[in-house]
Order: sequence, then structure tokens, then C-alpha cells
Amino acid sequence: MQDIDSPEEQGIVGGGPDTPVAVLELDDITMSFGPNQVLKGVTLQLRPGRVTALLGANGAGKSTLIKILSGVYADHGGCIQISGQPVVMDTPLAAARHGIQTVHQRIDETIVPGLTVAENLVFEEIVRGEIPPVRSLRRLLPRARQIAATLDLGWSDATLTKDVFELGNADSQMLLLARALSQRPKVLVLDEPTSTLSASEVERLFTLIRRLCSDGVGILYVTHRLSEVHEIADDLVVLRDGQVKDRQTAPFDMPVAVRSMLGESTLDQSSQLVEQRGTQVALHLQGVQLLRRSEPIDLDLRYGEVTGIIGLIGAGKSELARGIFGADRWPQGTMLLDGKPYAPRRTKDAVRHRIYLVPEDRTAEAMLPGWSIAWTKSLPFLAAVSRSGILHFKREHADGVQLISDFGVVSTGPDQVMDALSGGNQQKVVVGRWMQAGPRVMLLDEPFRGVDIGARGDIAHRAREQAREGACVVVLTSDVEEIRAIADRIIVLVEGQIRLDSYTTQIDNDAIVTSMSEVA
Amino acid sequence: MPETLSTPGTGARIQDAVVKYGFIAITVILFLYFALTEPSFASSSSLFLLLKFASVTAILGLGVTFTMVVGGLDLSIGATAGLAVQLAAMAMVFYNLTGTTAVVVVLIGGVLVGLLNAFLIVICKIPDLLATLGMMFVIQGAKLIPVSGQSVSSGMVLRDGSVAPGSFTPAFLKIDRGFIGPVPLPVVIMLVLVVVSWFFLSRTTWGRVMYAIGSNPQAARLSGVRVGLYHGLAYVISGLFASIGGLILVSRIGQGDVNAGASSLLEAVAVALVGTSVLGLAKPNAWGTFLGALLIGIVLTGLTMKGLQYYHQDTAKGLVLIVALLFSFTISRRKVRYSPAT
Repeated sequence: MQDIDSPEEQGIVGGGPDTPVAVLELDDITMSFGPNQVLKGVTLQLRPGRVTALLGANGAGKSTLIKILSGVYADHGGCIQISGQPVVMDTPLAAARHGIQTVHQRIDETIVPGLTVAENLVFEEIVRGEIPPVRSLRRLLPRARQIAATLDLGWSDATLTKDVFELGNADSQMLLLARALSQRPKVLVLDEPTSTLSASEVERLFTLIRRLCSDGVGILYVTHRLSEVHEIADDLVVLRDGQVKDRQTAPFDMPVAVRSMLGESTLDQSSQLVEQRGTQVALHLQGVQLLRRSEPIDLDLRYGEVTGIIGLIGAGKSELARGIFGADRWPQGTMLLDGKPYAPRRTKDAVRHRIYLVPEDRTAEAMLPGWSIAWTKSLPFLAAVSRSGILHFKREHADGVQLISDFGVVSTGPDQVMDALSGGNQQKVVVGRWMQAGPRVMLLDEPFRGVDIGARGDIAHRAREQAREGACVVVLTSDVEEIRAIADRIIVLVEGQIRLDSYTTQIDNDAIVTSMSEVA
Repeated sequence: MPETLSTPGTGARIQDAVVKYGFIAITVILFLYFALTEPSFASSSSLFLLLKFASVTAILGLGVTFTMVVGGLDLSIGATAGLAVQLAAMAMVFYNLTGTTAVVVVLIGGVLVGLLNAFLIVICKIPDLLATLGMMFVIQGAKLIPVSGQSVSSGMVLRDGSVAPGSFTPAFLKIDRGFIGPVPLPVVIMLVLVVVSWFFLSRTTWGRVMYAIGSNPQAARLSGVRVGLYHGLAYVISGLFASIGGLILVSRIGQGDVNAGASSLLEAVAVALVGTSVLGLAKPNAWGTFLGALLIGIVLTGLTMKGLQYYHQDTAKGLVLIVALLFSFTISRRKVRYSPAT
């Protein structure tokens, strides 16, 4: 981190004793990276026993604000008060000492691999030296059990002594939450906590949040999902361009909140779906076994419509997509493409047949660190920007320009490094590079994850356009609202089995959720 | 919020300039310093001599560069060069073959080593560093067996008491000692390989794909890239370059020295690493590797002319490497993404 302007204005501004004491009060918080001011004076109060939802598109400054609250950025401007007392949070440890706990979005960055579940649970205490670093696992167990019990995790000693990597995403998230709560925080910051949870786990989380509220904890809940805001939040704050653009107290006026989140641009009309029905089968899947212990399924994917495949984590969505793309192989099953046998041995075979995949995890599976927009775009189609293997830089550059203008990628140009773009713009590039190549089958695995609402609308619009032009578009997601907004046909996948296959217009949310939560 | 989002301030721009041109500036300054203080340094004959001695290191460094581009590292490159030395000597001295045949045998040998490395890494999924480390030991040991640990030289007595029938052919010795115009042949070979490598890596689809693999193999695969194929190809190229370097080496020393090549590994890796800092590219590249070899050549030749004893050479090389790495890793705002899997 270089060239950070460090405004030395940590001086304490007098807190207003006339207002009811907020558990956390942010007053005029500013933060700059070089000449780039990311937070332009954020003032925010968290009241005890209430959930405040923080909404904002990518690049609005949410992550920066969270990092300030967790003590990562010490050189911010403005004043932070806890229960009316000004505090300085210059290290993560200081934040914890002042009673602020943050559960970050990225699980893998906060869990310590190679340690057991129990050791991860008591990790805060090990770090602070309250538990000596060398102590037998058995002597850690009572404390670990106690922490796990605060969340009713019901983990046996066998689970507690497992390596933490054997836990699934949802359990890891619960572990982090339990760890945060073990510190009895006054303020809990949750950064998109439901992004990896299934519906029942979300319910469990919400029950817990309500209980914490009754204990007087102030909760800052960062999310992209409006339905969750409705369900759990008492207050709502919208951040855009480093400034608070809207504050509401329940009941919320969501269109107002969304409009202030997106700025002047009008709301996308994609919720008003014009149904398209395809007739011609693109891909016929026969006897495909998705998971190691699941029954084979048959499935037809058709041209000219958007097929939405919805299911919880572990339902086999990604397995389905990756199998079609030739990235992984199914235990068994065959495919017919346009009625002819299609058996991709590698991704290259799929690309040759114009079957494309946007993978689930953008950072790990689609981004090439240090690569420009133009390079990222051309990689799958190098033949198109070369002659006899020799690259034609001008054409590559022009293709990048084309992509940027077609998809409205906010950037300095095709030579800009992908890493510097916001999540939504990165996604536009990795989606757009395939869509511009005229897909026969376009597989989009969680295309809206970590993407701001504006970019979501753009990508959804493009996907529908592709289907209208005749492509077979398949969107895989675990979000009911998302799928309703984009898909003509909805298929519910539960543990590798098809539970529901219907046109969107003929089914309501309840039916989808009910079939998703059916147990095998 | 990544710092790359911000437009660079003056300080950052100076920093970028230092990273971009600092290394070349150091090379030029050192060159001028030696040229001004040692009049014989800048004569064309000693310049060619400098390039000639840098040629083997540069060529092996290019091989390492290819493997670094795909995110690996070929630790067997020195041993492969040593194998080439011995294969050439055995072909001509033991079997009385022509120089041309010896060259073909050596090149095939290099490619085979590369294929074997590729097999271990791509098919058997052994991490690059470990597979090539193992290969290094196997090659160094196995090549001693047919010669009972003896260096191969003309007129040597064989195990059955007879005298070796052949000798190094004059044509073969020309590889190191020949000229094209005023330019020594090894210098020409080196320059050709530098240009070919540069063109391959930065102007062709194959090179682009190799960089993709080095950047994120998973993302490369999901972009339709045949990761294994190109990952293996890098090692085959590396083996080929190692054997070309070995050919120049054996032609220079005129015998099948069993220890030849062993010391070139670290030098080759060093110049390829030095090369990552050139022009602030922050990635392995052919011209960088060439400049790295050149800089080390300048430093060694210059210091030797100034009366530095041979036993100071490694220290000098090490310091050059560390200074270059400071440019890449410490001063650069673009972080070098180089961490071969182990």
C-alpha cells in the first residue's frame, strides 16, 4: 500500500451526548488511496439490538469501510466511537479489543488450514496468548465445545478434532461466526454471510442474528440480496461513491434504496421477463450421473431459451456445467449435441463446438493475474487474432475495444490490467469474451456472484439476448430471485436429481423453494 | 481496493521509471565504467569474447526462461548440458561418428530429457521443482556409468585395453571456434536463439498460452487451453536449449569433461531471474535473460581485468542477482508473480 494520503485528522470530535448512545458511531470517515478518495465522509450509527443493512454496488466503498472497522486501515480520517467513547482502531487486535468482530466474506482467508476445528474455534484466544500455543488438543476441547455451543452447532468431539478443511463451506462459515461471537462483541460486522449458505442454514443464521439483537449487539449486515434486507434488517444504509446516499428504517422502500444504490441509471427492466420458449434440442444428456452417489438423470437443453438450473450447494450444478464443458468427467453418462454424439475429452473440444463456460469462482478460475482485458478476452480464441500462429496485436486490441464498448466495461482501455477492475467489470469481460464469439451453448455458473446490481442487469440482459438469437443459454445459481429474473425454464436440482422442470411463468417462488428443500 | 486503481503520483512514476530502466542503466554505467578505466575492455575483440563466454549461460538461461514462463523451473538444465557434452564426446571418440551425427545425437538426447521431464510433471503430476531435481541427479549419475566416471578425450584407453578410435572432428570444434564474418559462431547462435525465443514467447499464440499457464493454470484450462501439452512443451524446449548450450561447451573444452555443465545450473537460473526485472515486465522474458547474461558477463570480465581473482566470481554473480531481484520484488509496484509449485 503506497502513497496513501494520511490525513492526520484523527482528532476527537465531541460526540453528541444528546443523541441516544449508539453502540458504534462513525463520524465523517474518509479514506484515500493516492489521489483516489474511496470514502468521502461516511457518517453512520449502529444502534444496539438492531440490524443495519449496508447496501452498495461494487466499488461503492463497502469493503474499505469494513476494513476500517476491522482495524486493517489505520490511516483513515474521521472519528469512530464505541458506546460514546472515541476509539482508535489501528490494528485488527485493537478492533477486537474494542468489541468489534468481523466475519469476512472469503472463508479461506480467515480459516487456518492444517489446524483442527477446535483450534480454529479458539484461535482468537491463541493469538492473544490467553491459551498457550502448545497445549494438547484435549485441553482445548472444553473451550471449543463451549464456543460451538453458543451457536447450537451440535458438533461432536469427532468433528471438533477434524482438520478444518474437512468442513463444508456452510460449516466453515458457522465456525467463523462462532469464533467471532465467542469474543462477546458489541458490534458484529457480517460481510455477505449468506453467499455460501443453503436456505436452511440461512434460516439458522437469521435466528441467531435475532438472538444476538435481543442481547443488545449492534449488527452491520453487508449484502447484495434485497430479500434478506427485508427479512432481517431494521435499518438500511446505502453507500455509493464513498458516500451515504440513503438511510431508511423498516419498512423499507426498496425501489428508492436500489435507485440510490445505482445512481442516475434507470432500473433494469429484466424483471419484466418476456418469455421465450425453444423447441429444438441443443444438448441431450443421457444417463448422466452428477455426484458420486446419485442416480443417473436425463436432460434436454434447448436452443432459444434460458434454462435456469437452481440448487443448493452440493446439488451438482457445477458438476453438470463442468461435465458439459469437458473440464471434469462424470462417473457415467453420454451426450448428444444436435443429435450427434458429443464426448469432450478436454475444454478445447467444447470450445471447438462453441460450448462455453463462465466458471463459478471468477478469481480462481477465470482471472489471470497481471493480464490485460484484451489478453483475457483473446485467450480462448487466439486463432482469431493470429495468422499461422503469429499474433496480430492490432486486431487483438480492436477486439478488446469492441468488448469494452459492447458490454460497457468501465476501464481505461483494453490494456488495463483485469485485477484493477471492479468485480462487476471483471465479470463483464469474462462473460463477454465468450458471448462475443457466438456461443451454441453458453453455460453461466453463478454469473452474478460478487457482481454489483448494475452489471447484473447488463449480464442478464445479454444472456437473454443470446437466447433470443438462438443460443442455448444455461444459468446455474442458488438464488431464486436471480433465476426468476433471467430464466425461461427452471430446473431444480437436489443432490444430483432433477426435482422440478417447469416454465418460469407456470411456477411461483414457493414451489421452487419447496422442491429445493425436499430431502432425498 | 487495489493500489493499481489509483493513477500514479510523481513518486510512483519515478519508482516506475527506476524499475523500468534502472537495470539497463546499471548495465550501461558498469559498461562505461569498465570501458573508461580499462582501455582494452571496449575493444571489439574483447567485446566478442565477453559475448562468447556469456553465450552458454544465456542459452541455458533461455531454456530456464521457458520453464519459468509456464510457472515451473528446470533444475535439470545444467545436468542436461553436461549430458550433451558427454554424448557428443562419446559419439565422436568412442564410435568415430562425424561431427554432424554427434550434433544430431546430442539434440535428440536433449529433447528426450525434456520429454522425460514433461512425463514426470504433466502425466505423473510431480511438482516441477521436485521432478527436475530428481532428473538432475539421475542424469548426473547415469552418465558416469558407461564411462566408468572418466572424462572422454581423444586417444583415451578404453576398458578393454584398446585406444579410443575417434577424436573430435575439426568441423565440430568450429562450433565454438568458428566465425561468421567478425562474429564468433556461439555469439551468432546465442543471438539467433534470443530472437527466436523472444518471437516465440511474445509474438506467437504458443508463447501467449505458455504465459497463461504460468499466470493461472486453472483459468487457462477453463479458457480452452491444453495446459499439459504446453507445460510439457516448455520442458522439451528447455532440454533442447540445454543440449545446444552443451554443444558449445564441449566444442570449447574439446573433451567430454564429466563435470561440465554442473555449475551452469545456478547461473542459468540467475540470469533468467535477473531477466524478470528488465523493463519492469515483472515476468520471465527472452531479452531480459539475454541482458542478465550480458550483465553478469560484463561484471565478470570487467572485474577480472581489474585483477579480481577467480574465487571472487561467485560473490559478484550473487550480488548482481540480488540487486536485480531488489528491482523485481522490492522496488517494483507490479509484483512479480513467480512461485514455482513445490
